[in-house]
Amino acid sequence: MTAATVNAPASFSGPLTNDDVERIRRDFPVLDQLINGKPLVYLDNAATTQKPRPVIDAISNYYLHNNSNVHRGVHTLSQRATDDYEAGREAIRRFINAPDSSEIIYVRGTTEGLNLVASSYGRKFFRAGDEVIITGMEHHSNIVPWQILGKEIGIRLRVIPFNDQGELLMDEYESMLNERTRLVSVVHQSNALGTINPVSSIVELAHARGIPVMVDAAQSIPHLPIDVQAMGADFLTFSGHKMYGPTGIGVLWGRADLLNDMPPYQSGGEMIRSVTYEETIYSVIPHKFEAGTPDIAGAIGLGAAVEYLEAIGMDRIAAYEQALMRYGAERLAATEGVRLIGTAENRGGILSFYMESAHAHDIGTILDAEGIAVRTGHHCAQPVMARYEIPATVRASLSFYNTTEEIDTLIKGIDRVIEVFG
Amino acid sequence: MASLPDNPDALYGDVIMDHYRRPRHRASLSYADVEAEEFNPFCGDRATLQLRLSHAAGHSPSIQDVSAHAEGCSIIQASASLLADNLRGRTVEQAADLSQLFRDLMQGKPLPPVALSELGDLGALEVVRQYPVRVKCALLPWVALEEGLRKLGRRGAAGG
Ligand SMILES: Cc1ncc(COP(=O)(O)O)c(C=O)c1O
Repeated sequence: MTAATVNAPASFSGPLTNDDVERIRRDFPVLDQLINGKPLVYLDNAATTQKPRPVIDAISNYYLHNNSNVHRGVHTLSQRATDDYEAGREAIRRFINAPDSSEIIYVRGTTEGLNLVASSYGRKFFRAGDEVIITGMEHHSNIVPWQILGKEIGIRLRVIPFNDQGELLMDEYESMLNERTRLVSVVHQSNALGTINPVSSIVELAHARGIPVMVDAAQSIPHLPIDVQAMGADFLTFSGHKMYGPTGIGVLWGRADLLNDMPPYQSGGEMIRSVTYEETIYSVIPHKFEAGTPDIAGAIGLGAAVEYLEAIGMDRIAAYEQALMRYGAERLAATEGVRLIGTAENRGGILSFYMESAHAHDIGTILDAEGIAVRTGHHCAQPVMARYEIPATVRASLSFYNTTEEIDTLIKGIDRVIEVFG
Repeated sequence: MASLPDNPDALYGDVIMDHYRRPRHRASLSYADVEAEEFNPFCGDRATLQLRLSHAAGHSPSIQDVSAHAEGCSIIQASASLLADNLRGRTVEQAADLSQLFRDLMQGKPLPPVALSELGDLGALEVVRQYPVRVKCALLPWVALEEGLRKLGRRGAAGG
């Protein structure tokens, strides 16, 4: 790497201690500020995470010293930019244990990853009457692309239901699989409920019938170790900005044999091997899917984010966040008038709740006055809200930089809500 | 940078909380001259408005009865209730003027004292201005009113 200013990552051993978390918090400049006179308590990590100094430095280092287009020039700057851009790809490959870095396609985020597969794979391989299976807890971005395709070519969307805790009914799933099923596309961790879905079992059942599986890992990749080969999935997509990297960059990973069979998604520069007016020969993967000048700084920033997460260790992160979530769930459950939405046995650091006495927006405003940032609304998962017959929830979503003291502040904020609204 | 007032509960003053807890004129009318509904897809808030007019000969039509129904947070509910409370007896033109005045208030335009007194207890919603993301909550029932008045205007222009 040509970056001179990037900090060496700190080293960690054993479970994350309070001191470790204090040290980590100092890496995130944005956390150190007052909001409405109170220390910021950032609990909106499922919407987007804050960025650590090494990510900010990697991006500014690129613009300060190496800015150039990639894969285009023979000059030194272009070489440096290309090296760093491709080093990001290799870091991501390692992070998810993909067999080959050519399977790592840079996209704008999860939304684009899902749309790419729907447009390219779906248009080529789906026919009228075919079925795509999703879960009842998808983000809108894993519903709408299939619906659009459904209207266009007449495919049918099947939805795996879930129980009151927010756990998929696997028997129902199994009975949905049939000879018309062309793809199973499921969210790994629900952004509205926190449920971590049993993707390996989902894959196993689908593969037994030769059906490929796509995984929306937007909410799981920042919190869980992910090994695409162990998971067995065929496609997996995620967003940089939810894993401490920049906005505007994300990844679609796909098995090389599938990607090679798929037509390009967009066309232009970079994805072409040769063009004449009669014929165009496309580049090989990943470039076939990366038309135009990419988000170079974003890819470099994402590479730095991955290295940052690796330095802490995903197992350590998962264990710390799990304990924090259990603590928060206990405290919320003990608060009168609060109903937790999403209580699956296997779930991540998401505390989604509902109060009969106060609307989510009013709760959000009172918490903001206390310096607490949470998300309020339907979380782009309206079918989930409909399932629980509520208009909206308040969602506190956790990161390894959050502390039990911050959970206590949240509970105090909710006490304020109860004072005002009863 | 925008910051909230010293008292974080300023938004939840007596008038707003009273109208939120006991919304006025919520029941729908059995007969209405015009109905309008506004929806905010981002937060799921909804405001529905019905107006019944009286058409006394020689007078411009005035609002005889109102129903305002809102789904959502305290601010949209209080705003809908206060709106309904303040519309009765006004002519269509006066209702349009009030709506403009309320918009001006929420958008922070300087208002002369006479305008402020015209707004009456609607002035209680001025505090919402200090919470910019909530201004659209307060405005949604008024957007429905404006839509209703436009429908009436079109019908009038069509000679109905
Ligand atoms: C589960 C899930 N899928 C997809 C998305 C869409 O991600 P992006 O907006 O980064 O494309 C999100 C973001 O909220 C999400 O939580």
